[in-house]
Amino acid sequence: MSLLSIQNLSLSINGADILDDVSLLIQPGEIVAVTGESGSGKSMTALATMQLLPPGSQTSGQITLDELEVLDASEERLCKMRGHQVGMVFQEPMTALNPVKTIGDQVAETILIHDAMPPDAAMDRAREVLDRVGLPEERFALSRYPHELSGGQRQRVVIAMAIALQPKLLIADEPTTALDVTTQAQILDLLQGLVREYDMGMLMITHDLAVVSDMADRIVVMRKGQVVEEGPTRDLFANMSHPYTKMLFAASGHQVSLPPAPAPEPLLELHEVVRDYRLPRTKLFTAPGQMRAVNHVSFTINRGERVGLVGESGCGKSTLTRAVLGLEQIQSGQILLGGAPVFSGHRPNPAVRRQMQVVFQDPFGSFNPRHRVDRLITEPFHLYEKPPTGAARRDAIAEALTAVGMRPEDGQKFIHEFSGGQRQRIAIARALITRPSLILFDEAVSALDVSVRAQVLDLLADLCRTYDLTYLFISHDLSVVRTVTDRVLVMQSGQIVEEGETEAVFTDPAHPYTRELIAAAPVLPQVAQDV
Amino acid sequence: MSRSMILGGALSLLLIGAALLSLLWTPYNFELLDIPNKLQTPSAAHWLGTDHLGRDILSMIMAGARTSLGVAMLAVVIGLVFGIPLGLLAAARSGSWLDELIMRGNDVVFAFPLLAMAILITAVVGPSAMNAIVAFGIFNIPVFARTVRGGALSLWEREFILAARVSGKSSLRISFEHVLPNLINLLIVQGTIQFALGIQVEAALSFVGLGVQPPVPSLGRMLADSQTLVTLAPHLAIFPGLAIILIVLGLNLFGDGLRDWLDPRLRAKRP
Repeated sequence: MSLLSIQNLSLSINGADILDDVSLLIQPGEIVAVTGESGSGKSMTALATMQLLPPGSQTSGQITLDELEVLDASEERLCKMRGHQVGMVFQEPMTALNPVKTIGDQVAETILIHDAMPPDAAMDRAREVLDRVGLPEERFALSRYPHELSGGQRQRVVIAMAIALQPKLLIADEPTTALDVTTQAQILDLLQGLVREYDMGMLMITHDLAVVSDMADRIVVMRKGQVVEEGPTRDLFANMSHPYTKMLFAASGHQVSLPPAPAPEPLLELHEVVRDYRLPRTKLFTAPGQMRAVNHVSFTINRGERVGLVGESGCGKSTLTRAVLGLEQIQSGQILLGGAPVFSGHRPNPAVRRQMQVVFQDPFGSFNPRHRVDRLITEPFHLYEKPPTGAARRDAIAEALTAVGMRPEDGQKFIHEFSGGQRQRIAIARALITRPSLILFDEAVSALDVSVRAQVLDLLADLCRTYDLTYLFISHDLSVVRTVTDRVLVMQSGQIVEEGETEAVFTDPAHPYTRELIAAAPVLPQVAQDV
Repeated sequence: MSRSMILGGALSLLLIGAALLSLLWTPYNFELLDIPNKLQTPSAAHWLGTDHLGRDILSMIMAGARTSLGVAMLAVVIGLVFGIPLGLLAAARSGSWLDELIMRGNDVVFAFPLLAMAILITAVVGPSAMNAIVAFGIFNIPVFARTVRGGALSLWEREFILAARVSGKSSLRISFEHVLPNLINLLIVQGTIQFALGIQVEAALSFVGLGVQPPVPSLGRMLADSQTLVTLAPHLAIFPGLAIILIVLGLNLFGDGLRDWLDPRLRAKRP
């Protein structure tokens, strides 16, 4: 008798087919990972199990959870099931907790809603599960509030809420996607331990094959609402039969070949750069505190060189990016591009700015939704004193769009007509249009699906060949940085702790932090490692 | 176009049309007193009846709507003209002394209740339509400044604004090229709310005698005049009241629909 059995589940929402004939089984104590790209229906499968589907949903098939027919159950019965028999962990720990309630109350709430224990016992139980998830009493009293905790600690609280009543099934929807690699490794460990300890079944939803391979007993690969392949993890990786699984696997470990870098000639030079933020004033008559986000950072990027910058959230990567772009003034030190300072006096230097462009992470937020693509990508022309007009402008648009694999006619469309990957191509077109000598990629592929990411990385390698790109690639994703850069900088707490040839740093990290980062990063099994 | 927008547009058009028509033609001269025919109920001769002085109510509503619309529109224009630049400036220089100055100035204006402001202005210039316009216009400035600043602050954090800054655009230019067009939705909704509110405010000010003076008709004063007679001739209160309700409802529905219709992201989904 399996714990959760989904048989021939089909789902449509307002007439659009979301799931088509999905079947899967979970045994007690088993971790089943559902993986696939966005739009594959993996989250909807989880929501259908909880019956938390959006309005307008039509389901058919059968979901049996521990002898309960979920699709036929009354709402009242489902409320008893949620939280008691099934616990859920969400992706975004920052928003999954109520900011005005203490962590103790929130964990105890799950228990009290189900009338499982009297309030005193519920608080004791809350303490117990918080201890279990690694938040000991000395540092994490029940009276603490979510804002006092880091992202990883919050995710632990969310997990504590989910396991408070020892559910038989735990559903984790991208539980570590919003977390740093080192935190991710700890949370995955914790989840795995809990499953073994409580003999729970776990349905884990993730887009990250490397995470899956470390952790799951069985893998279900989904695509466009259908299960394309499933099997025990080891077997599935050893002989993938469906082309989509193969493609997904190849794209996750995608490698590109960069052309050799030209002879070193310094392009971007940073000397002892310091960037402080003023903290909000806490007392009326004391000076406000300072937060040092970037602490005496020096490095050089040569012309034609591809450099990576890795580090976890809060290490100062983004601040450094903004300083290099001249968006914010630095407190001391020097940033030179081609020998000229980015800031001259208190104003950004337009001659230097012309030489730099940037590609941001969010393919949805980095364009003004009210302008057409041609206007969007020609925005950097503003840096010229005499921007090209007429035919010259048209040619530049066509060339930039063609270079990134789009058609010149696409210039007439609005940005919402494009997918995430296409938008990121358009963002690269915007960065290329002035032929800058340096491009900054700020987490430029982090929000993309693996297959799209592979295409964008290929595009980058192509552009390196045709345009002799020099770029600084900022990312938390070590596997991507490893393939698209020649040299890598590792940043921790505002300082560069290690710097060197990418391959050398990855194979033989010198600094303990680099070692920790590399050890924590999940890796794909054998097949990928020998690429 | 959504059905509610068409309904709202039709209602607004009907009343705005009636108001404009009153410039050229009304069934009767609304200043014409006809005491023998006072307090008539609706009939073929007087569609909506007559008031205590025998004036035709339909004619008065048409002319009164014109006054209300005019007052509300000019007050919104005053609010937009001063509020938008102040809000954009405050957001572009957020955290600076300029931002503080603008927003604290807003707070001061906000601190005066609308009615107190109207009484103040009446004391200086005497009661008139101009009084209602200026009082509500001043009241509108901080409303729009705050709306614009709030919306603009979140836009300034967006990556497309960063991209524009990387392209070397000045904050003035970014404010008008990137920030303001993305606030249109907000402004349309706020604008229609304030416009509809303006009609109510004009009615309220006229009701207490601080708005337009006789013989210029006003929906608010018609309500005030009907107070003592409401048990005797309820139509005196019902028709002007209904006119206010329909105009406010119509404008709100139309504003909501217009916002959705102007958004290019929603436009793609339209059949």
